[in-house]
Amino acid sequence: MSAAAPLDRGGPAQPLLTVRGLVKHFAVKGSLFGAKAMVRAVDGVDFEILKGETLGVVGESGCGKSTTARLLMHLIEPDAGTLIFDGETVGDGGLTMREFRRQVQMVFQDSYASLNPRLTVEASIAFGPQVHGVQARQAVDRAHGLLDRVGLDPSRFAGRYPHELSGGQRQRVNIARALALQPRLLILDEAVSALDKSVEAQVLNLLLDLKEEFGLTYLFISHDLNVVRFMSDRVAVMYLGKMAEIGPAGAVFDKAAHPYSAALTRSMPSMDPDHRTEEAPIAGDPPNPINPPTGCRFHTRCTFAESVCSTRVPALDPVGPEGGPSHLAACLMHEPGSGHSKAEAS
Amino acid sequence: MALLRFGADAMPSAIESSEGYWASVWRRLRRDKVAMIAGAVVLALILMAVFAPYIVPADPFSGRMLRRLRPIGTEGYPLGSDELGRDMLSRLIYGARMSLLMGVTPVIIAFGLGSTLGIVAGYLGGWFNTIAMRTIDIFYAFPSVLLAVALSGALGAGLTNALVSLSVVFIPPIARVAESVTTQVRNRDYVEAARASGAPGFTIVRVHVLGNVLGPIFVYATSLISVSMILASGLSFLGLGVRPPEPEWGLMLNTLRTAIYTQPWVAALPGAMIFITSISFNLLSDGLRSAMDVKQ
Repeated sequence: MSAAAPLDRGGPAQPLLTVRGLVKHFAVKGSLFGAKAMVRAVDGVDFEILKGETLGVVGESGCGKSTTARLLMHLIEPDAGTLIFDGETVGDGGLTMREFRRQVQMVFQDSYASLNPRLTVEASIAFGPQVHGVQARQAVDRAHGLLDRVGLDPSRFAGRYPHELSGGQRQRVNIARALALQPRLLILDEAVSALDKSVEAQVLNLLLDLKEEFGLTYLFISHDLNVVRFMSDRVAVMYLGKMAEIGPAGAVFDKAAHPYSAALTRSMPSMDPDHRTEEAPIAGDPPNPINPPTGCRFHTRCTFAESVCSTRVPALDPVGPEGGPSHLAACLMHEPGSGHSKAEAS
Repeated sequence: MALLRFGADAMPSAIESSEGYWASVWRRLRRDKVAMIAGAVVLALILMAVFAPYIVPADPFSGRMLRRLRPIGTEGYPLGSDELGRDMLSRLIYGARMSLLMGVTPVIIAFGLGSTLGIVAGYLGGWFNTIAMRTIDIFYAFPSVLLAVALSGALGAGLTNALVSLSVVFIPPIARVAESVTTQVRNRDYVEAARASGAPGFTIVRVHVLGNVLGPIFVYATSLISVSMILASGLSFLGLGVRPPEPEWGLMLNTLRTAIYTQPWVAALPGAMIFITSISFNLLSDGLRSAMDVKQ
C-alpha cells in the first residue's frame, strides 16, 4: 500500500477531483450501409468535487449520470476529457490509473450483481487490498474490521455468501468492499435506490457516519431528489448528457436557475400539505440522445423557450449575485446579451 | 502478491462458516434421484472398465468358430457369442475401456483448450474475440462427423490420431459456450468492481470469472461425452480408430451388423451399452446443471 502520497496534497481549497470536458459517445448499429449513429451519452461535462463535500447528481433516466460515474472510474474509456485528482492529472505521466482507482471507489446500485456469488463476504472485501499488495492475513483482518464498522458482526457474516444476505446487508458489504482500499472519494451510483425505505434510511445514516469517520468525499448519484437533498452539500443537475445546473443544494432546490431544475424540484413529492405537488411541470419523455435538439437541449420541453434557444448553445455560467459565484447554470435566460427576452441586454 | 485462497477452506476457524459452494451442490445433487442413479451407472461403468481383467468370465479375444452367434442365455455364453464365437459378455466388459477412453479423452482435451480460448476471447472482447470466434465458426460449419472423418483420414489411421481429430471437433462448440458465458459474466457488476479496484485482468479472470464460468462449460462438456463415443464408433467402423480384434462397442456394433437377421438381440447389445452410457452421462450432467444453479 503506497502511503507515499500525502493525504492532502493541494490543501483544502484544491478540489479533490476536477473533471474537464468529459465526452462519451456510444456507437449504435446503424443500417448496413448507413453511417453509424452515435448516442451522445455524456457530451462535454465539467465539474469539480470539493474536498469533504457530498456532490449530488440528479437527472432523469438516461441523462448520463451513471455513464459519468463509470467514466470517472475508467470502467468505460472516455472519448475525451481530463481528470485532475487533487491537483494531479490522471494518466499521461501523472497519477497512474491503478493508484487513482485505489483513491476512488464505487458502490453500485444492484447489491446482488456487484458481489461475486462464489466468494464469501470476507473474500470479496479482502480482494481489493490484496490486489494492492496487502498480505492475505491483514486483508482479512481489515475486512473483519470493516464489516464490524458497517454494522455486520464479522463472526456471523464473514463466511457467508451473498445469496444468504438481505439487500441492505449486501449493500453494507459493498460499502465495506469499497472502503477496503481506503479511498478518499466514494462514488455512490444509485447505491440506496433499490433498498426498502427503512433500510435506505439506515444505510444513508451509515454513509454519513462513515464520511465523518474516514474523512470521505462523496459523489452521490440518485434519481430520488429528497435523498439527494438530505445527503448533498452541492447538487449537479444533468439533462441529456450535459450539465444543466450546479450549485449549493439549498440554492438549486429553492432558487433553481435552470427551468429544468426548477421543474424537477417542483415535482418533488412533499410531506407538507401546504406545499403539495401541484402539476406535472414537464411533459413527455426526454428527446432521443442519438439526435439531441440543437441549441439548448431542453428547449423542446421548456416553457420559456424562444427561437434563440434552438440555435444558441448556452454556456455553464454563474447565475448572478443571489446564487453566489459557485452557482452555475446553462440557460440563455441567465446569459447577458444572449438574445433571450428574459436575459439582460449586454 | 500472495492472494488468499478463495474458498471455504481459507476461512479462519473462529468464523462461523456457512456451507461451501461445492457442499451445497452436492446436497442438491443428492436429492436428485435420477441424477444419482445415472451417477451410479457411470461409476459402475468406470469400475467395470478399470477392473475388466478381473471380472471377465472368458477371454474376450479367443473365439471358437463352431460356436458363433449363439443366442443370449446359451450355456457358457450368458450374453451369447459374436460372429467369431467370442464371449459377448467379456467383450462388452472389455469394450468399456476403449469406449470410455474414446468418449472422455477428447472431451477433456477439448474442455481444456476450448474453454481457455473461449474465456480469453470472451473476456478480452474486441478484435481478438472477432478473429478467434470467426475462425472457430469455420470449423463449426462442418458437420461434426464429416470433420472427424476428414481429420482422421488426413492424419492417418490409429487410436491417437482418432483422439486428436475428435478433440479438434469438440473445441469449437466448447469454445463458443465458454465465450458466451464469459461475455455475460464479464459485464456483471462484480467484475466491474474488481476492475475498479485496479486488479490486473489475469487476477480478475482467475478470481472472479473462472469460478462463475467453469461450471456451465463443464456441464456442457459432459453432454459431449456421449457424442464423442458415437463418433469414435463411427471412426472405428471406417477403420480409422480402434482396430479389430480390440473390443470397442462401436466397432462391435458394426461387425455384428451382418448378424442382425440371425441374432438381432446379440447384435443390439453393444448399441444398448452405448445408449446406457450416453444417457447416464447426459442425465448426470443435467442433474449437475440444476444443482449448480446458485440462485436457489
